[in-house]
Amino acid sequence: MAPEPPLLSMSGITKSFPGVRALDGVDLEVQAGEVHCLLGQNGAGKSTLIKVLAGAHQPDTGRLRWRGEDVTLRSPVAAMRLGIATIYQELDLVEHLSVAENVHLGHEPTTAGFVVRGKAARASTAALLKRLGHPEIDPARPVGDLPAAQQQIVSMARALSHDVRLIVMDEPSAALDPEEVDNLFRIVADLTADGVAVVYISHRLEEIRRIGDRVTVLKDGRAVAGGLPAKTTPTSEVVALMTGRNVEYVFPRRPAAAPGGDPVLQVRGLAREGEFAPLDLEVRPGEILGLAGLVGSGRSEILETIYGARRPTAGRVLVGGRPLRPGSVRAAVRAGLGLAPEERKAQALLMLESVTRNVTVSSLSRFARGGWIDRGAERGAARAATRELSLRPDNPAVPVRTLSGGNQQKAVLARWLLRGCRVLLLDEPTRGVDVGARAELYAVIRRLADEGLAVLLVSSEVPEVLGLADRVLVLREGRVVHEAPAPELDEHRVLDLVMEGTPAS
Amino acid sequence: MTQHVSPPRGGTGNTAAVDGPPARRGLMGRADLRTLSLLGVLAVLVLIGGITRPDEFLDTRNLQLVLTQASVIGVVTVGMTFVIVSGGIDLSVGAIVALASVWATTVATQEYGFGGILFTAVVVGVGCGLVNGVLIAYGAMVPFIATLAMFASARGLALQITDGKTQIVTVEGVLDLGERDAYVLGIPPLVLVFAVVTLAGWLLLNRTTFGRRTVAVGGNAEAARLAGIDVRRQRLYLYLLSGLCCGIAAFLLIVLSGSGQNTNGNLYELDAIAAAIIGGTLLSGGRGTIVGSVLGVLIFTTITNIFALNNLQSDVQQIAKGAIIVAAVLVQRRTASTT
Repeated sequence: MAPEPPLLSMSGITKSFPGVRALDGVDLEVQAGEVHCLLGQNGAGKSTLIKVLAGAHQPDTGRLRWRGEDVTLRSPVAAMRLGIATIYQELDLVEHLSVAENVHLGHEPTTAGFVVRGKAARASTAALLKRLGHPEIDPARPVGDLPAAQQQIVSMARALSHDVRLIVMDEPSAALDPEEVDNLFRIVADLTADGVAVVYISHRLEEIRRIGDRVTVLKDGRAVAGGLPAKTTPTSEVVALMTGRNVEYVFPRRPAAAPGGDPVLQVRGLAREGEFAPLDLEVRPGEILGLAGLVGSGRSEILETIYGARRPTAGRVLVGGRPLRPGSVRAAVRAGLGLAPEERKAQALLMLESVTRNVTVSSLSRFARGGWIDRGAERGAARAATRELSLRPDNPAVPVRTLSGGNQQKAVLARWLLRGCRVLLLDEPTRGVDVGARAELYAVIRRLADEGLAVLLVSSEVPEVLGLADRVLVLREGRVVHEAPAPELDEHRVLDLVMEGTPAS
Repeated sequence: MTQHVSPPRGGTGNTAAVDGPPARRGLMGRADLRTLSLLGVLAVLVLIGGITRPDEFLDTRNLQLVLTQASVIGVVTVGMTFVIVSGGIDLSVGAIVALASVWATTVATQEYGFGGILFTAVVVGVGCGLVNGVLIAYGAMVPFIATLAMFASARGLALQITDGKTQIVTVEGVLDLGERDAYVLGIPPLVLVFAVVTLAGWLLLNRTTFGRRTVAVGGNAEAARLAGIDVRRQRLYLYLLSGLCCGIAAFLLIVLSGSGQNTNGNLYELDAIAAAIIGGTLLSGGRGTIVGSVLGVLIFTTITNIFALNNLQSDVQQIAKGAIIVAAVLVQRRTASTT
């Protein structure tokens, strides 16, 4: 091995929170100039580990060595002084401050110790942004005005504004388009060429293959494998390490016969100016229609407009042949539409409430007479609906926030199942759902379709759309560029279509 | 993060085993803990009152007085609790109480007797709540701003109506309600009204679709909207409810003081918010209890009473109130983080 000590070496790190041992003796070794990937399912301890590394959590026991010397990271400032910067998944930027002010927050260039030199801050910010390949971002603009991808660049510029030796990136590609991901990887390559180490966290194995040098796999608060070669370790081995079993994407079987019957959802020339062009689509009972496209291709906007959460500038939505009042969620719900939105916690769940109350919130009047809730009937219905979807734990009285991502999604699905909806709109249904739980969620969605629901599915993960849907519409910049039965498409083809817009050959 | 162990799944037909879920008991336990700690504080206060002024404090008349004083602000606090649970705030409650109490005691209104006074107080309260609600729900105004505007205008209107004078009530039936003859089993009628409002509020919040929607809107308005709840209409109803409570409180105040004044209800908004907060209602919405709010009111009223009996000035009272608010919130945060 290398004669000089590793840049960072963590050994035997443990960290407990009330009721849970988040880290149970983790070892991690990072060399200067490498991209070290951290893999693990949700709850494996990745977040806790990087918070320990960022100085945000204090480990209960364990040893942390930095360039061969023992150190204690008592606070985020201490970590920053050593040269450890962390880019969290949830960006921690101040929306109302400008790009330059955010980048220099806490270490502004000053005159006489307190007068901020705005011009100097903007100039150095511009230089950093240029280095990151985004010279077009104006340092004087408020961060809140920037799209998510550019905000991430700002976050990265902030990390680089310090003298940084190690950057931790927590799922940096989650909100990015392939093009932006390419740029991100170029930045990572530049950094490592300068000897900076990168700890890279991602769910996407293909990314890890592309840029990773070594992989550490976490499971249940332990490192089950450390320093595996990122490029050559077989996927099956990695997945087996993460899950303890050999599963990858497992999609349920499609029904033999194509779904018949009249379409239950019909969209006629629906459009929103500046978001998506007039769109026509139909979904039949028992059918799963997939919408594939990049972030920014208007997928979420289309779903939300069909659902009435946004008002269309043209076109109509018909459910069972009857037109919906445009721009009214209540009308859509009454007609039998249900939405599982992309941002589950922000848009769907009542995080302070129990699973029961989350499930019944859309059907309250069914358990009520004169506004008076029959709580026994409510609990019974919630239990039946969650059992139907095998939601775990099998106890709808627990707070919904204690559930895993996959089970939270099931709670949202149970809400619409209970409501008796006819059309289910799914926006990124497996976002934040770990690999093992995905297959189960796919099976649930297919089963709901088999029972006669019409499903409209949106996902940025092309294999998911291809594997789960019966029929696929490919979107590019708010337009449908291709439509085909899912078995006739492959991932490569779809990516060509969404990026190039080339017609079918 | 906490891990929950799912209960063992019993045999096939054994659903009874799951009926008493452990996690739910834990949640109830936390709510009970909060109620118990508030009751504990109240007990300590009673103890202090009993020790420092053994003869005066525990006298039946004094206890009746404490409860009567708590009734007016208590009714306001019940309405305020709903508004805060929904994620809003109502800064205009004190001003609405003032306006309703003076409007209901003008010479012209008093000609209609008991019914006229009660009717006017309630209608003025609901009317102000309607304005608040429409501005907030359909005018997309921030509750803080809309109710601040109502606060200023209602106080101004109250001053205009009275010209700064105290309006003495001469209607017999109204004044009789405050007399000892009207007490039911030793309980003043005002306290009975407070008890009924509390019970109704508790049922409304915990047992009805209205209460459930209020909590949903406060916990996550966007999720509530996407779940098909009419968030705007719910908000309108909530400010109407708060206005209604102010109207009732104004009537109680008229009975209590035998008059209407434009200075009535001074700082009620702060007292009501403080009582709700120490009772365990989240200022950010989504969680709150009527029982906690009422205990908060009783705690504040008892402190005021003990201080008055011990001849301590109101400045000391104010300092003590502030300290209690801070202490209550700190204690709650601790209990919340350890569960």
